[in-house]
Amino acid sequence: MTPEELGEITAQQEEGERQFKHRLHVCTAAGCLSSGSGKVKDALAKEIKDRGLEKTCKVKGVGCMGLCAQGPLVAVKPRNILYQNVTEADAAEIVSSLDNEPVARLECPTEMPFFRRQVKIVLENCGRIDPEDINDYIAAGGYEALVKALTEFSPGEVIEQVLRSGLRGRGGAGYPTGLKWGTVAKADAERKYVICNADEGDPGAFMDRSVLESDPHRVLEGMAVAAYAVDATQGYIYVRAEYPLAIKNLKTAIRQAEHLGLLGNNIFGTTHSFHVELRLGAGAFVCGEETALIASIEGRRGMPRPRPPFPAAEGLWGSPTLINNVETYANIPPIVRNGGDWFARIGTEKSKGTKVFALAGRVKNTGLIEVPMGITLREIIFEIGGGVPDGRDFKAVQTGGPSGGCIPAEFLDMPVDYESLRQLGSIMGSGGMIVMDDTSCMVDVAKFFMEFCMSESCGKCIPCRAGTYQMHDLLGRITAGKATKQDMAMLEELCDLVRNTSLCGLGQSAPNPVLSTLRYFRNEYAAHVEEKKCPAGVCQCKDGNGKEVAA
Amino acid sequence: MGTSFRKPVAPSEDKRWRLVDATMRRHGNQSQALIEVLHTVQESFGFLDADSLRYVATSLRVPLSQAFGVATFYHYFTMKPPGKHTCVVCTGTACYIKGAAKLLDDVEKKYGIKPGETTPDGNMSLVTARCLGACGLAPAVVLDGQVAGKMNAKDMVERLGRWGQ
Repeated sequence: MTPEELGEITAQQEEGERQFKHRLHVCTAAGCLSSGSGKVKDALAKEIKDRGLEKTCKVKGVGCMGLCAQGPLVAVKPRNILYQNVTEADAAEIVSSLDNEPVARLECPTEMPFFRRQVKIVLENCGRIDPEDINDYIAAGGYEALVKALTEFSPGEVIEQVLRSGLRGRGGAGYPTGLKWGTVAKADAERKYVICNADEGDPGAFMDRSVLESDPHRVLEGMAVAAYAVDATQGYIYVRAEYPLAIKNLKTAIRQAEHLGLLGNNIFGTTHSFHVELRLGAGAFVCGEETALIASIEGRRGMPRPRPPFPAAEGLWGSPTLINNVETYANIPPIVRNGGDWFARIGTEKSKGTKVFALAGRVKNTGLIEVPMGITLREIIFEIGGGVPDGRDFKAVQTGGPSGGCIPAEFLDMPVDYESLRQLGSIMGSGGMIVMDDTSCMVDVAKFFMEFCMSESCGKCIPCRAGTYQMHDLLGRITAGKATKQDMAMLEELCDLVRNTSLCGLGQSAPNPVLSTLRYFRNEYAAHVEEKKCPAGVCQCKDGNGKEVAA
Repeated sequence: MGTSFRKPVAPSEDKRWRLVDATMRRHGNQSQALIEVLHTVQESFGFLDADSLRYVATSLRVPLSQAFGVATFYHYFTMKPPGKHTCVVCTGTACYIKGAAKLLDDVEKKYGIKPGETTPDGNMSLVTARCLGACGLAPAVVLDGQVAGKMNAKDMVERLGRWGQ
């Protein structure tokens, strides 16, 4: 494979697309598939075949278009019409309308803020290209960044670009990516590894899955550039076994890239070689922690170990290892293509670029969104998300999953960046954003997350293993209306202890949901403890005689 | 031991062991492939048991205790045979906010089983998932591999009823 051949593929692919007067893009990512987009795609293809329109119309399966709540989605190109809630029965009508007026009853307003307010970098190809066709990715400018990095830049210059971009780890902690790369690059070792952390365990977060399903080559390209920068030849993608479609698309992508020589030995005729293998997770949240993830790739139980040494110095099989999240790697190709300075112009002073969020819960437009850093929570929830449905009142938004916290209405105008969220007692996290209305009891929410941390604790260190159990027990007493003031004091003491003495991030952040709800919704705890009442009417509090107290 | 190592014989004549052997060969029978191989075993047989663990452990030359440790550490692996039908209730945050706990509660009460258990007649297994990623369709359940979104307790019990008792 040479850079010229890459250009030829692009030209061929564009020529092929031009032959078709109408192109029907059907979303085949997991969200729409669950609402039956597979059948819609077949029905459309059949309809076109029956009418003998194969030469002028094409049906293509594409990745996530974002608005999962209104799935299945079908886009008609190049006219740019978007249809929502499409069923098999609508296929005939859609095909008939191709040369006429669009089907009004199915049309989705593409002018609404949900689409207008987004800035797409990571998701630029999602919903546009066929994830199972490498040529489609190449035609969209794919693997250009890899050519540029390998032929125009030295490894040091690649790192320089990433540093200048100001990109920070998208897994949640926000460590500057360029610094991490620099550390691994400087490490002196015969073998180095590059790992992609696709063990997206936060309940309510599906950004990484959508990227892997919709645009797997982007992640491979980002990893290949990273491998060149840090001088590694072997990479692993650690992906959850619960994501069968992402695994399937990744396997296809790796095979195609190897076939074209974009992965493998001597890429583009240079001395750089890079191989990628998949490793399947097996349902352990703690494996998102980097040292636990490494243990799992080595075939052991996924238990974290104390750091330092950090994986950048001693990681997989004792060799220096670079671990980044899916979204981090997905940001690399555009950074290399357009330069670090271009990326640094987006976002805020300390948090550059965009962030992908999975917006869900009590919000009208649930789905996948990408917004520039620094946008306010209000803009995300009320403009893009369309607000809280059924005329209910907004109560809180939960970010960062079980490691994050709940943010109440008074802070809705805070900008979304790493520092602001931390200041509010939450974290950026990987990007789950769950909206809650007044039907949610915040104590019960805290208990929900504590139950999660308790069952996901690996059991290696005592503060986390026993602490989360005790905290869950105390929260159970509170929601049952059996707690005393001493229990509350004990809960707060335990939060402090577990946070400061746990071994890894899971335990250290496990008290966050409790701490943030205590900070902003202490009155709800008080109602449970003192009045034995649940203001939201969720918990069934019992009084001293074992009788239920009406809410 | 040492040089006298010989690969053990598969526990039965079952052809599915060839799939397991293929996975082990692909990874050069290295101990690090343990999780990958257990995935293949579970995919082929539906669950892990003492025989399969012993066979995999001996073949990859890892202590049986380590194989057992790995098999029980990860939620995805199950050591019990699954029922004829499987009902997965998503307990992710979005589904929780929209009432997944109530759904689960109803199924538990109706069939008298907890998550991870199978009805005594082996007809249905009840499983919970951390997040299916179908948050837009919350609360979501998976009935025999088919995702069903925006579920309510009535529909759910009705659909489970179709599986018979």
